[in-house]
Amino acid sequence: MISKEQVEHIAKLARIELTKKEKEKFSNELSAILDYIDKLNQVNTGNIRPIQQITGLDNVARNDIAKTNNQDTRNKILEQAPEKKDNYFKVPKIFE
Amino acid sequence: MNLSKLTIESAHKGLMKKEFSAVELAKFYLDKIEKENKEINDFLEITDKLAIKQAKKVDDKISQRGKIGEIEGIPVAIKDNILVEAYKTTSGSKILENYIAPYDATAVRKLKEAGAVIVGKTNLDEFAMGSSTENSAFGVVKNPIDKTRVPGGSSGGSAAAVTANHCLVALGSDTGGSVRQPAAFCGVVGFKPSYGMVSRYGLIALASSLDQIGTFGKTIGDAKLIFDVIKGKDEMDSTTIPDAKIKKSSIEYENLRIGILKGCFSDELVKNFEETGAEIEEVGIPHLDDALAVYYIIMPAEASANLARYDGIKYGFRPKADQPRAGSLLDHYLKSRAEGFGEEPRRRIMLGTYVLSAGYRDAYYGKAQKVRALIKKEFDEIFKRVDVILAPTTPTPAFKIGEKKDPLSMYLSDIYTVPANLAGLPAISIPIGKENGLPIGLQIIGPQFYDELVFEVAQIFGQLSK
Repeated sequence: MISKEQVEHIAKLARIELTKKEKEKFSNELSAILDYIDKLNQVNTGNIRPIQQITGLDNVARNDIAKTNNQDTRNKILEQAPEKKDNYFKVPKIFE
Repeated sequence: MNLSKLTIESAHKGLMKKEFSAVELAKFYLDKIEKENKEINDFLEITDKLAIKQAKKVDDKISQRGKIGEIEGIPVAIKDNILVEAYKTTSGSKILENYIAPYDATAVRKLKEAGAVIVGKTNLDEFAMGSSTENSAFGVVKNPIDKTRVPGGSSGGSAAAVTANHCLVALGSDTGGSVRQPAAFCGVVGFKPSYGMVSRYGLIALASSLDQIGTFGKTIGDAKLIFDVIKGKDEMDSTTIPDAKIKKSSIEYENLRIGILKGCFSDELVKNFEETGAEIEEVGIPHLDDALAVYYIIMPAEASANLARYDGIKYGFRPKADQPRAGSLLDHYLKSRAEGFGEEPRRRIMLGTYVLSAGYRDAYYGKAQKVRALIKKEFDEIFKRVDVILAPTTPTPAFKIGEKKDPLSMYLSDIYTVPANLAGLPAISIPIGKENGLPIGLQIIGPQFYDELVFEVAQIFGQLSK
């Protein structure tokens, strides 16, 4: 069972504001889902190493060369922002 | 010429013989979408200008050279979590309602280069989170076969579009069954490639270690032709595999060994399977029940990290009352994400954040990655005895809209599809018959990187439903 306080804590970590009603709802629903996934505790995984990458590939590298012709894409990405200044995203101020 | 019965092959022949032009073909589908989308709601945007432009190019090529490639002029629909440059890509979410793709996804680029005609962007569960396409911020998609029922999800729009003849083929994405399950519900073919076969560049991420772009078609051949266009190593996605890893296969019928999932098929169906001449053996999918529990840890964990980027600063959505200078940055995040995300993304972000939070990470995420390794290993063991595994795609045919109210019961509808994602295996759903008038799907799961084999076996078993 996860409590309403835990739900509030997780919501804050996840940067999501919840209404009072939602807190209760999520507390119940998440508890039911967690009860279901708790069954994994019955599986013996004593000497099993966790999966990191399913394809078996590792250390995929490419040449460290900057691409210079992507100004168009950059502009298109910047255009998506609700607020921007010059070539920057504008954010609410952090310091008083 | 009956355009609604076309396959890629017959459409190609028709174009070459000038029975119809590429523009006429595109217009046939565009008109049909225009007329029927109000009811089915399978399309979020019709890309008619792009389609006509591409189709004209194909017609020019035919008149100039008399010859075109097999995919040229073929009308295709794209799930709206895959980027098509200069068009909106919403991923079914309010938080991206005004987001315009700044570039093409690799799969889309390859389709364009092959000359395919993109007719539109299809509806989906928000951020591909769901099994019914009821979770879209832009309305429920109806199953064209029975409009009181769901088309499945999360690629419900793409599956419905192929069934309703709104396109010839379509792209979807499959994280835990999101191509195969809607294909089964809508009576079409849906293929999920081995993880690493298709580039995820330009696919809006749900769970990065599970996501693959997959294909829909009316026939197995069509699903394969489109897969052949979009597959391949891509430097923009370092998890794509080099060609050398891909397994070639040419099966001999008499030596084919088929594993069928224990207790899932009627005696009659098993007898049909045996008539193909293949050797049939019952197998159990290792930890079938546990696979779903593993999935509902790994998927939300990765989703909660992937969805952290939607902060109301880099993308379109920002709550009206929240002017940038009013309130703190934290307030800004809390409000943008509370209003921008629908219920299911918020639920999964919460779940994912919880299983990754201090004190729980090893118990949940660490444990899930271990059981995932175990599942992969046990699949490897099964594939030493059999060439492929047959399983149902879904526990039931398409359910009613609004029928599944609590999240857990919805999650359970993924039980047969999730294992292939966890183990990175290729799997296809093909129509195998009907139950009370509703299509049911047969799933064929192959060993890792034996995608070709899965198609070959599908061709054999596809004959059974005829």
